Amino acid sequence: MVEITSPAFKANARSAMADEQLQKAMGHVRHNFIDKRATAAAGLDEFEDLRDSAVAIKNHVLEYLDLYLEKYEEKVIESGGHVHWAATAADARGQILDICRKAGAKTVTKGKSMISEEIALNDSLAANGIEPVETDLGEYIIQLRGEHPSHIIAPAVHVTMDQVREDFLKHHTHLPPDRPLDEPEQLLREARAILREKFLSADVGVTGANFLVAESGTSVIVTNEGNGDLTQTLPRIHIVIASIEKIVPTLEDMSQIVRVLARSATGQDMSVYTTLSTGPRREGDPDGPDEYHVVLLDNGRSSMIGTEFQDMLRCIRCGACMNHCPVYHAIGGHAYGWVYPGPMGAVLSPSLIGVDKAGHLPNASTFCGRCESVCPMHIPLPKMMRHWREREFEKHLSPATQRGSIRGWAWVAKRPLLYRTIASLSARFLWLLGGFNRRIKSLPLASGWTRHRDMPAPEGSTFMSQWREHQASLKGDL
Amino acid sequence: MPKSISQKPRVALFVTCLVDLFRPSVGFASVKLLEDAGCDLEVPMSQTCCGQPAWNSGDREDTKDLAKAVIKNFEGYDYIVAPSGSCAGMLKKHYPEVFAGDAIWEERVEKFAEKVYELTSFLVDVLKVEKVDAIVKADITYHDSCAGLRELGIQEQPRKLVNSIKGVKLKEMKDSDVCCGFGGMFSVKYSDISNSIVTTKTENIEAASPHMLLAGDLGCLLNMAGKLRRQESSIEVRHVAEVLAGMVDNAPIGERASKSGRP
Repeated sequence: MVEITSPAFKANARSAMADEQLQKAMGHVRHNFIDKRATAAAGLDEFEDLRDSAVAIKNHVLEYLDLYLEKYEEKVIESGGHVHWAATAADARGQILDICRKAGAKTVTKGKSMISEEIALNDSLAANGIEPVETDLGEYIIQLRGEHPSHIIAPAVHVTMDQVREDFLKHHTHLPPDRPLDEPEQLLREARAILREKFLSADVGVTGANFLVAESGTSVIVTNEGNGDLTQTLPRIHIVIASIEKIVPTLEDMSQIVRVLARSATGQDMSVYTTLSTGPRREGDPDGPDEYHVVLLDNGRSSMIGTEFQDMLRCIRCGACMNHCPVYHAIGGHAYGWVYPGPMGAVLSPSLIGVDKAGHLPNASTFCGRCESVCPMHIPLPKMMRHWREREFEKHLSPATQRGSIRGWAWVAKRPLLYRTIASLSARFLWLLGGFNRRIKSLPLASGWTRHRDMPAPEGSTFMSQWREHQASLKGDL
Repeated sequence: MPKSISQKPRVALFVTCLVDLFRPSVGFASVKLLEDAGCDLEVPMSQTCCGQPAWNSGDREDTKDLAKAVIKNFEGYDYIVAPSGSCAGMLKKHYPEVFAGDAIWEERVEKFAEKVYELTSFLVDVLKVEKVDAIVKADITYHDSCAGLRELGIQEQPRKLVNSIKGVKLKEMKDSDVCCGFGGMFSVKYSDISNSIVTTKTENIEAASPHMLLAGDLGCLLNMAGKLRRQESSIEVRHVAEVLAGMVDNAPIGERASKSGRP
């Protein structure tokens, strides 16, 4: 199990903000992704129509998910593949381990997969004597570092190039220590040479899936490095690990959603590779695996259907929400404390690991709405974060002092006369605290505020009392 | 819609709790702008708060109670106008969600929500105001508050009016549409993150080198002004309504007098 540190979100965030390397690395996210997405979206006239169409496709799938899943299974079997239903992460790990053991696998190459992170597949394989090898460059880097992805499409976005160089020097000890590693190309070439050996010697290849196509039993991945292709065609066995909501009815549906996916994610028109795989190698095929398995993971998703969180299952994991999130920009992905960071994680993680553990995440948002505005699937992320806050409030999971102060404030706000009196007293009191310079340097009940900012002092009396006097003076004039 | 004898639209000012407490001059500026634009303006005296702090804290029951009070107080007017995109967004966009599925209130809240506007968008989009009479000599940068921008589409309206002020030069900052880190309770509950976000914001504000920072929401303004004051910045901070009304002789937010050096 990936260690869950979400309950320590505040402390995580503080250390992330004090981490100079991380802050340097995050500079990339703060603009590149955003500018590229904006250009890509503006460059396609039908982009907004495609978003609507993508939403409609996924909404339809979620209404009939059971039927499409059965159809998909039927088609996978027809093409010679196997489908394994995994209700939990442990089930999925067990099924993958079984396949690997039966094959006598020693090495497993892996394409980038967040579901594999969700079920902590690498730890499970390693604990059973099977070496997992990440083949996506970013994943490879963080595997060397013993870390987890900090972004769902750019897993090593928190790492600087200098750090990568140090990691390569430390781990690739069979190479001369004085070799030149100052350019990105040199790092890339070195990783590629090492991975090439791994591709050729792997017994099993594991990939995720961006889509599962029900009409044909096809799994689809989009990548930029081509590592996914080598992972799934070279080893004898290909295992696809995917969650149930990845289903789309037809290839046409898939190709529509693909058009918003890369544009929203990296600003590309298309990812460099869009790879479709259907079943194992057929007679006459030049390449492909002997066995083709699909592990279908639920892990709490089916219980989101029919709830206020159903729309979250439309997510296509493009990462646009985190790319545009000021909170993510400030703290990076690891601070969120589990697999999925940013706004989509703030909604999904409480569903998957429990709101008792992930309770901070939906609260740590200013509700600026930028995530929703760029989400290609129009997922109302702030609204769903608010739904989590409601559940926390109802279940008394939010801190008692916070709940108490909100209830107390609301009690007063429902009594206008009392409210007027308290507002007037507060305006006067804060005015006094403002002193000569009209600002408050330290305010015990709002120390979080005054630790970093001054509190501008009020003007002295409330608008309502000034308005009443103003109205009275007008009457007096008549 | 009911019209008074003068055929002026009957407009109720939703003052907002922050303006009431911290910056009454924004309320008076709003009154001036609305009356100058030909409105028959009233300020319902039993108003308190729109309930957003409860709504964003997950307290639906209290939100409902507060929303009902607002609707009862204001639904009789032709229009309800607030000098805040956040509070107007609460009344216009969130109230219907608060009462979703409530057979008794659903229709009533819908009729109410249709009449709610943020101040600058009401002036430009409804009253078709093209310009204001104010004279303010200052270089100004404008921050787009999130709720106004993304819930209500307010972006061009305040700029159009600000640009019509004699003496004003609008200097856009980088990322004017990115959150300032306020987020209501967020700024206190997650103050360190909020601080990181507002620090980025004040860097962008300073880089535009204006005399004056404007925005349409007092929450964001208190946050940005609080940070600018802590950083000993000389940029003065005001609500856009004050400047549109030409009311810039009083002290800026968080200061005893202007130090911005505007001519």
